[in-house]
Order: sequence, then structure tokens, then C-alpha cells
Amino acid sequence: MDFNITKQEELFLQMIREFTEKEIKPIAAEIDEQERFPIETVEKMGKLGIMGIPVPKEFGGQGGTNQIYSMAVEEISRVCGTTGVVVSAHTSLCIAPILENGTIEQKQKYLPKLSSGEWIGAFGLTEPNAGTDAAMQQTFAEDAGDKWILNGSKIFITNAEYAHVYIVIAMTDKSQGTKGISAFIVEKGTPGFTIGKKEKKLGIRGSATCELIFENCEIPKENLLGRLGKGFSLAMKTLDGGRIGIAAQALGIAQGAMDETVKYTKERKQFGKAIAKFQNTQFQLADMETKVQASRLLVRSAAFKKDKGVPYSVDAAMAKLFAAETAMEVTTKAIQFHGGYGYTREYPVERMFRDAKITEIYEGTSEVQRMVISGNLLK
Amino acid sequence: MKIVVCIKQVPDTTEVKLDPVTGTLIRDGVPSIMNPDDKSGLELALELKDKFNAEVTVLTMGPMQAEAILREAFAMGVDRAILLTDRRFAGADTLATSNALAGAIKTLEYDLVIAGRQAIDGDTAQVGPQIAEHLDIPQVSYLQNLEYDGNKTFTIKKQTEDGYQIVEVDSPCLVTVLSTANNPRYMTVKGIMEAYDKEVEIWSADKIDVDEAKLGLKGSPTKVKKAFTKGVKSAGEVYEVDTEEAIGIIISKLTEKFII
Repeated sequence: MDFNITKQEELFLQMIREFTEKEIKPIAAEIDEQERFPIETVEKMGKLGIMGIPVPKEFGGQGGTNQIYSMAVEEISRVCGTTGVVVSAHTSLCIAPILENGTIEQKQKYLPKLSSGEWIGAFGLTEPNAGTDAAMQQTFAEDAGDKWILNGSKIFITNAEYAHVYIVIAMTDKSQGTKGISAFIVEKGTPGFTIGKKEKKLGIRGSATCELIFENCEIPKENLLGRLGKGFSLAMKTLDGGRIGIAAQALGIAQGAMDETVKYTKERKQFGKAIAKFQNTQFQLADMETKVQASRLLVRSAAFKKDKGVPYSVDAAMAKLFAAETAMEVTTKAIQFHGGYGYTREYPVERMFRDAKITEIYEGTSEVQRMVISGNLLK
Repeated sequence: MKIVVCIKQVPDTTEVKLDPVTGTLIRDGVPSIMNPDDKSGLELALELKDKFNAEVTVLTMGPMQAEAILREAFAMGVDRAILLTDRRFAGADTLATSNALAGAIKTLEYDLVIAGRQAIDGDTAQVGPQIAEHLDIPQVSYLQNLEYDGNKTFTIKKQTEDGYQIVEVDSPCLVTVLSTANNPRYMTVKGIMEAYDKEVEIWSADKIDVDEAKLGLKGSPTKVKKAFTKGVKSAGEVYEVDTEEAIGIIISKLTEKFII
């Protein structure tokens, strides 16, 4: 792995930093406060190609790398955790499984509009009784000859209200256990498919997190994604990739909190000097910065392996575990450095702290990441 | 329509520090960017490309590192990029610079030449107008807005100190653009991915149509006698008083200095 960034990556960072500073940072507090989905930002990102970075040009994408995609999620999350997850769920959880498992017709139908941001993507695996134990799927897809009939519900679905294309995991043969699970592409507006209640959340409050409800929802036969009975493995592989996105999101949140804290400790004076002059501040900042940079290298390494086409699921699990726990630790300390001000919404570290927590939970909790890492170690 | 846009790589700072001994700019540790007025000039060209299918060439003179802003221009959507780089160009003042750029433009086909009003490092606003003189074409400086009839005529809103003028000019001509004229577009991801697959043409002094004596230090009549950092003004006086008292204080101060 080359530790130098490429010239394209350098140019991309120049663009995305300018974009996030001008277009995302100024509205980050507002979309959190109002629990508002940043639809205008999605349109702008779509025009610049940020909604379809790793999609090949032949399917209307940008022909970018997973490395550049992870840099995008990091830089966006540095100023807004909500917008970071909108891009991550769209790209890693909807575009990626179509790109990796779709038929040529499915790719041609869905990828151009998803890549341009005209359509937003979502992914439905979690159910009330199937969280970490994702094999306990209750949603059932019945083979009705020329179509599938879907019944059941999904919860905590990111982008739900605003998505046009959903990857839905459902049981197709209850007797087969995980081998009886399949994946489907469901479009918005399909009869029998409705969006349920919207969650009120601690953080990433601008992202729309809702329930998906399927009541005799008829979907065309050709909307099976991947092979029949291979849906569980498709979902697990999709989450492997998604973890790079969430690790990048956590990394970005941590970096954003670092930026704010470094600035604040240089400005804030107590006992006649800037608090950055105290050794306690200096040593803690050094530890925080080291963990952020270690997270970055884990994210880069996982994305590098995914781009190379070599196995990366353990790397992605380590990146997500470490970056998420670092984000939680760094944002906690960031508030401590800001004191009473940090506990208020006058400063962005309060929002960053709330946004950080979810990265230890979704797309596999930290405990699941430890299972993946140790499982590989002890096999 | 064919457009040539002159752009310059400059240090990204509004507080350029000078070496007190040599009088030259201290560039270490200061990131380089595309000059803001030039970027608006480039945006104007790209808007004409969007509407009238214009072919856009960017041109710069500078060291090899200046290639970075040409790659950025590719990622924004230009068709062709030329870098004038040669030891014989070094040490150029605005006259020698405009001679070199005009010499390069003479070898190209063009209907419109666009330059930024001025660069944030030199602040002379001379290079654009001088190029027009060398090319012997009309020029409109301080452009705030441009409309094109799709044939030969541009209608330009030109900023002046106390207002603006609307002027009409036929191609070929040169305009210098203000950074307030538009909001330059962002690079696209696809543009970035392709920017390094395209060729930046590297031109030496041999390739352009100009007498070598007019280039670089030899062709530069300007000599820098002394450069210095402007002294800092005092902080001024602060009064925390109500409005009426404030008005009284301001009037007495202005009277004291015979301003009113």
C-alpha cells in the first residue's frame, strides 16, 4: 500500500473540502435541529458525481475508487454526520449490491439514476426481532409464479422516506435457514409498500430513519437480486463494504471534533493563558490525534484492499470498530475541553458527540466487529 | 467559438509576507491556488461552452508546478491546456509576461481571450490589457456580466468606480473578469478521474511567436527598488456610549481634523 495519496485523490480532496465548507457546514446545525433531510445537498452532490463515485462510467457513474469514496464520506462527515450517512447508505448499501450482484439489465436500469443522485438508495435488513441476529428474518417473499409477494416489515432504515430504490432482504424458504434468504430490489410506489413511522433519534437527526411495511406487495420476478437463497451472504458482503463507509463517517466526525477542539483550546483563556498551553491539554490532544490518524490508516487500508479485489472484511471490521470507538472517545473529550460551552448547541461538538454514538451500533455493532475479527483469528 | 483563458497559479493568502532582506515573496508553506479572478474568467468561458458549445483552452506561464491549476481546469471541464515553461521566461514583469502569453495566443485560433482582472499576488491588473494591445484587439476590463448574441457581438456590463457601463464589442476581443462576476463551478468527480489522463501541452519559448529579447528578465523594464510590509495601523479609540453621545463624539473628531 502506498501511503502517499494519488494526484487524483489530492484534487478530489481540494474539491470536496471546498464543497463541504461552502455547501454542507453552514446548514449542518440547522438540519440537526429541525430533523430535516438535506435534500438540496443530495441534488448538489449528484451533479458533482458524489452520489456515484465507485460506479463505472458505463453505468453512468464516475469511475472512481473506493478510496476516493471513503475520503468523500470522511470529509462530508467532518462537518455533518447526517449527510455522511446519507451518502454512505446510498452508495455502500444500495449501489454496491446492485453493482456486485445485479444482472446487466438491473445495472442499466438502476445505476445511472442512483449515480446521478436523481434516485436515492436504501437497504432493508433489520427487523424488530432480527438485529445482530440477522438470520431471524420474518419478512417473507412468496413465489407466485410470475411475481414475488412480499409480506413483513423492516425497521431503522436509513434514507427510507426519500429513497426510490430499496434492497430488501426476505425469507424465501423457511426450511433452509440462512440458505432460504434472498435479496430483492423494491421500487418506491410499488403497491403494498408503505413507509411507517419515522424515528426520533439522538444523533444524525437529519437522516430519515423509518420503518418499511410490505403488505401483499407484488414485485416483478426480475427484481430478485443475486441468486435465490444467496440473500444472507449478499447482505453480509454488503455490510462488509458498508463498514468502510461507516468507519469513514466515524473518522470524519472524530476529525471534525479535533478541528474544533484544537481551535478552541488555542482561543480559550483560563488562569491567564490559553488552555492549549497546559500540558494536560497537550497530552490529551496528542492521544486523540494519534487515534484519529490510526483510524484513518485502517480505513485507507480496508478501502485499498477493496479496490484491489482482495478479501477485506476483517480490515473493514477493524476500521469500523476502531474508528467508531475513537469517534466516541474524541467527541467526549472534545466536549470536556469546551466545558459548559461544549454542552450547549452554541458549539458543534455537542452535535458531533450525538452523531458519533450510532457509529458503534449500525451496520454491525462494535460487538459484531469483535466477533468478525476474533472469528477470523480463531478459525 | 474558440476561447482562450489566461490563468495564474498564486499563493493562497491575503497576507503575503515579504522577505525584508530580499524583498521577495515568502512562498514556503503557503498552498498554491488558481487566482480567484482567473477562476471566474474560466467559469465565464465554461458557461459559454455550455450554451454555445465553445471550445475552451487554458493557458498559463509558470514553473512546472503550475500544471496543478491546469489539471484543476481539466476537472472543471476545459478542452485543452497549455503550460508555458522555460528558463527564458523567468524573472518576467507584467510586460514580459504579456509578451509571452500574447506570443502563445498568436499561434492559436481565438474569438475571445479571457483574463482575470488581477492576480492576488501582484495586484497589477496589467497583464490582461497588455495582451490585448500586443494582439491589437479591443478589450473590455472589469467585466461583471457578459451576454453573447451567438454570432459576433458581446454585450458586456463593465464595473466602474462609481457605477457600471454597458458596452458592445465584436469578436475577436479580450475581457478581464472580476471574481464577483460569477460563482465558479466545482470540479466533478468524473472530471477529476480523467484530469490526469489528458495531456497538458508544455511549450518552450521556441514554440511561441515573439522576439526572445522581449521575454523574461531581459524583456522586463520594471525593477523592484524596495519592497516592504505595510505598517500596522493603531487600533483606534473605542467608546461604549449611547447613540446620541456617539454622534457628538464623531462630529467633534471630524471637526477637529477639519474634515467637516
